[in-house]
Amino acid sequence: MEVLELARWQFGITTVYHFLMVPLTIGLAVLVAGMQTAWVRTGNERYLKMTKFWGKLLLVNFAMGVVTGIVQEFQFGMNWSEYSRFVGDVFGAPLAMEGLVAFFVESVFLGLWIFGWDRLPKRVHLACAWAFSLATVASAYFILAANSWMQHPVGAEFVDGKPTMTSIWAVLTNNTAMAAIPHTVAGCFAVAAVFVVGIAAWRLWRKRGEHDEHRAVWRSSVKLGAWTGVVAFAVLVVSGDFQGKLMFQQQPMKMAAAEALCETEQPASFSIIAVGDVADADCESVKTFTVPALLSFLAEGDFSSEVKGVQDLVGEYQDKYGSHYPDDPALGELAGKPVDYVPNLPVTYWGFRIMIGFGALSTLIGVATLWLTRGGRIPGGRWFPWMALGSIALPYLANSAGWIFTEMGRQPFVVVPNPDPSGVDGVWMYTAMAVSRVSEGEVWLSLVSLTLLYVVLGVVEVFLMAKYVRGGIESVMPAKVASRLGTGGDGGGSGSAGGSGGSDLRGGSEGSRGPRGSEDGRDSKDTEDTEDDEPLSFAY
Amino acid sequence: MELEVVWFVVIAFLWLGYLFLEGFDFGVGMLLPVLGRDDTERRVMINTIGPVWDGNEVWIIVAGGATFAAFPAWYAGLFSAAYLPLLFVLLALIGRGVAFEYRGKVESDRWRRAWDKVIVIGSTVPPIGIGFIIASTVLGLPLDADGNRVGSAFAAFRWDTLLGALAVTGFSLLHGAVFIALKTDGDIRRRARRLATAILPVAILPVAAFAVLVQVRHGSDWTYASLAVTVAAALVAWWRIGAGREGQAFAALGVAITGTVVTLFGALFPDVLPSTLDAANSLTVHNASSGDYTLTVMTWVAAFGTPAVLVYQGWTYWVFRKRIKTSHIPAPHTAQQVSS
Repeated sequence: MEVLELARWQFGITTVYHFLMVPLTIGLAVLVAGMQTAWVRTGNERYLKMTKFWGKLLLVNFAMGVVTGIVQEFQFGMNWSEYSRFVGDVFGAPLAMEGLVAFFVESVFLGLWIFGWDRLPKRVHLACAWAFSLATVASAYFILAANSWMQHPVGAEFVDGKPTMTSIWAVLTNNTAMAAIPHTVAGCFAVAAVFVVGIAAWRLWRKRGEHDEHRAVWRSSVKLGAWTGVVAFAVLVVSGDFQGKLMFQQQPMKMAAAEALCETEQPASFSIIAVGDVADADCESVKTFTVPALLSFLAEGDFSSEVKGVQDLVGEYQDKYGSHYPDDPALGELAGKPVDYVPNLPVTYWGFRIMIGFGALSTLIGVATLWLTRGGRIPGGRWFPWMALGSIALPYLANSAGWIFTEMGRQPFVVVPNPDPSGVDGVWMYTAMAVSRVSEGEVWLSLVSLTLLYVVLGVVEVFLMAKYVRGGIESVMPAKVASRLGTGGDGGGSGSAGGSGGSDLRGGSEGSRGPRGSEDGRDSKDTEDTEDDEPLSFAY
Repeated sequence: MELEVVWFVVIAFLWLGYLFLEGFDFGVGMLLPVLGRDDTERRVMINTIGPVWDGNEVWIIVAGGATFAAFPAWYAGLFSAAYLPLLFVLLALIGRGVAFEYRGKVESDRWRRAWDKVIVIGSTVPPIGIGFIIASTVLGLPLDADGNRVGSAFAAFRWDTLLGALAVTGFSLLHGAVFIALKTDGDIRRRARRLATAILPVAILPVAAFAVLVQVRHGSDWTYASLAVTVAAALVAWWRIGAGREGQAFAALGVAITGTVVTLFGALFPDVLPSTLDAANSLTVHNASSGDYTLTVMTWVAAFGTPAVLVYQGWTYWVFRKRIKTSHIPAPHTAQQVSS
C-alpha cells in the first residue's frame, strides 16, 4: 500500500475510534452534571447515587476520549503535512481555539471534579461539573467548525496558491457547521441516552423479584435516558433534514452517493434497502422498497424537484476541476491518472441507511423500555435484558456510519470545492495531494501500533465498564463513603441524606447512620479524626 | 512588534509551560518504582499529580494547535519530519493517561503492577521524544525547498538531538523528585529530598550542556544572559534542596527551565525550523507564518484565553495545595470490594 492509503486507513480507524469515546463523554457528562444539580437542589440521595454511578462510568470513558484526541490533532502534521501547509491559515485557527478555550477547561475542571468531592464547597464542585461538561460541547463546536470548513470552505480567499482566512466569523458560523453541530451533539446524547436506559433496565431486571434498595435510582435513570433519547432523536431528524438540503447545494455528488443514484431523476425516489451491488452500472435494478419522490423532498423540500445522478455529476466535476491529476511525482501512482470523482458507493449508500435506521431503532427501544417499566413494572423475560443492553450498540453504529458516510462521501477531495455561486474560488484540495512525504514504513508503524494499542485499551475499557455495571451502586459508593454521606435506604430520601445544606460532602453526615455503614464496622467514628489525617474521599 | 514575533514568543511560552508542568509529572511517573516502596506510597506519589496531570498535558496540545494556526509550515515540517519521536510520544501519552485512571479500578496486585509499568514507561518515553523534537526544531533537520524531510525516518536521531532528549529527561526526573518532596510528607518526602540532592548535578548537566551547545552554534549575545540564569538557578536549586527548602528549590528549577527555553528559542529566532542542508530552505517566522488576519484573530483569542487558563489552572494547584501522606490514602474504590 502507498502512504496515501495507509494514512487514510489510519485516519479512518483513529477517528472512528475516537468518536466511539467522544459521544458518550459529551452526552453523559451533561447528564451527570444534571443529576448532580438535582442532588444539590433537592438533597435527595437518589440523585447522588445516580451522579456517582454514571459519573464513574463517565470517567472510565473520559480517559479514553482524552488520550485518543491527542492523536487526532497531531496526525494532521504527521500524515497530512501537505494538507496542513495548505489550509493551516484557516483550519488551524478553530483547532487552536479548541485547545485554548475548551480543552483546557475540560481537563482542569475534570481534575477538580474528580478529586474535589471533599475539597470544594458543594456548589463550587457542581460548577466544576458544568464547566467540564459544557466544555466538551464547546470542543465539539470548534472541531465541527473545522470539519465543516473542509466540507464547505468559507471565510477565505485564494492568495499565492493558498487559502487565506478573511473572516473567522464566517468560519465559525458556516451554515454547514451550524447544521452539523446540533446533529452531532444530538447524536452524542442519543448514545448517552441508550447507554443509561440499557444499563438501568438491566439492573432493574436483575433484581426484579427481590428487595432492591436502589430501585428508584434505576427507575429515574430509565426515565431520564428515555426522554433524553426522544428529544435527541427529534433534534437529529430536524437537523439531519437541514443537513441534507445543504448537502444537496454544497456537495451534490455526496447527495447522489447517499442514494447511489446513477442517473438524474425528477422526481427522485428514495430506496429503503438494496439487494446486490449498488455500485453496479445499472444500480436502480438492485434497489427495493422505493419511496417515490422522497429523495427530491429530502434534497429541496419539494416532491417534484430534480436530483442529479452520479453519471451526470462526473461530467460536471471533470469540466470544473479537471479530468486528470497533475503529473507530479509526489502523487505516486496517481500522477497523471484520471480523477475518480465517484465516492465509494456501497459505503455511502449503506452508511446513510445504517445511520438513519439504527438511530431510529435505538430511540424506539428506549421508548419501549420506558413503556415496559411504567408504574413499577419489570418484564420478566430473558429477552428484556438482551434488548436493553443490545440496544446500546445501535447509536454507536449509527454515529460511526454517519461519519464514515460524511467523510467518504467527500472523496476524492479533502477540501471540497464550493459550487455555491458565492463560493470561494480555488479553495479545494484532492486527498491524494494532502498526504505527507514520509516513508511507507513510518505510516505502517504508526497505523499498526495505534490500532493494536486501541484494541487492547478498548477491551480493557469494556471490561471495566462491565465490572462497575455488575457492581452497581455499592461499587461506586463504598459503605464508608455512603455512611459519611448519611446514606440510608432510598425511602429515607431527602431529609437526612447528603443534602441539608452542608457546605461539603460531610455536611449531612452527623446523626444519620445508614444501614450499610453500620455493617462495615471500620467507619462511623472516622469523621471525628483530625482533619489532617483523614483519608481523602477520592484518590487514585 | 510584528505578530509573527508575538506568536513565536507565545509558542515558546507554551513549550515552557509544558516542560515546567508536565516535566514534574513525568518525573513523578519515572520515580514510581524508585521512591514508592509499597502500593500505598506509589498511590501517594500518583495522587500528588492526580488532579493536575491532565491539565498539564493540554499545554502540549495547545502548543501543537497554536503552531498549526500561526505557523502551518513549521507544524507540517516538524511533525512529519520528526515522525518517529512524535509517534512514540503519542503511544506513551495514551498509555499513561489511561493508566492513571484505570490503575486503581481493580483490586488486584497484578493489575496495579501492570499499570505501574505503563505509568513508568509512559512517563519516560515522552520526555525523551519531546527532547528529540525540541532539539530538532532548534538545531534543524535536513529539509528541502518545500520544507519536507530529505533522507531517512531517523533524521531526527543524532548525537546532538540525543543530548536534547537527555536534557528534557534529566530535567523531568529532577523536577519530579523535588515536586514529590514538596507535595508529600513523612518518609517519602525525606527520601525524595535526598534523591533530588544526590542526582541534581548529574540530572541538570545535559540541560546545561545542551543550552551551551545551542548558544555556541546559534546564540546571540543576549542569550548569554539567559544561559547564565539557567546555570545560576540550577546552583540555587541545589543549595536550597540541600537545605530542605523544597518550595524554593522547585521555584529555582522553574527559573532554570525558563532560562533554558529562552536561550533555545532566543538562539533559534528568527528561524523556526532551520534546514541543515541549505540555509535558504530554513523555515523562519516570516516564511512559515499564517497571514496577518489569522494572527490578529489568534492574538485576541490568546490575549483573553491565556490569562484565564493561568488563573483557573493556578486555582487548581491552590485547591490541592496540601501535602499528601500515606494516611490520606483511602481503601481502594473498586467494584470487587463489595459482593453484590
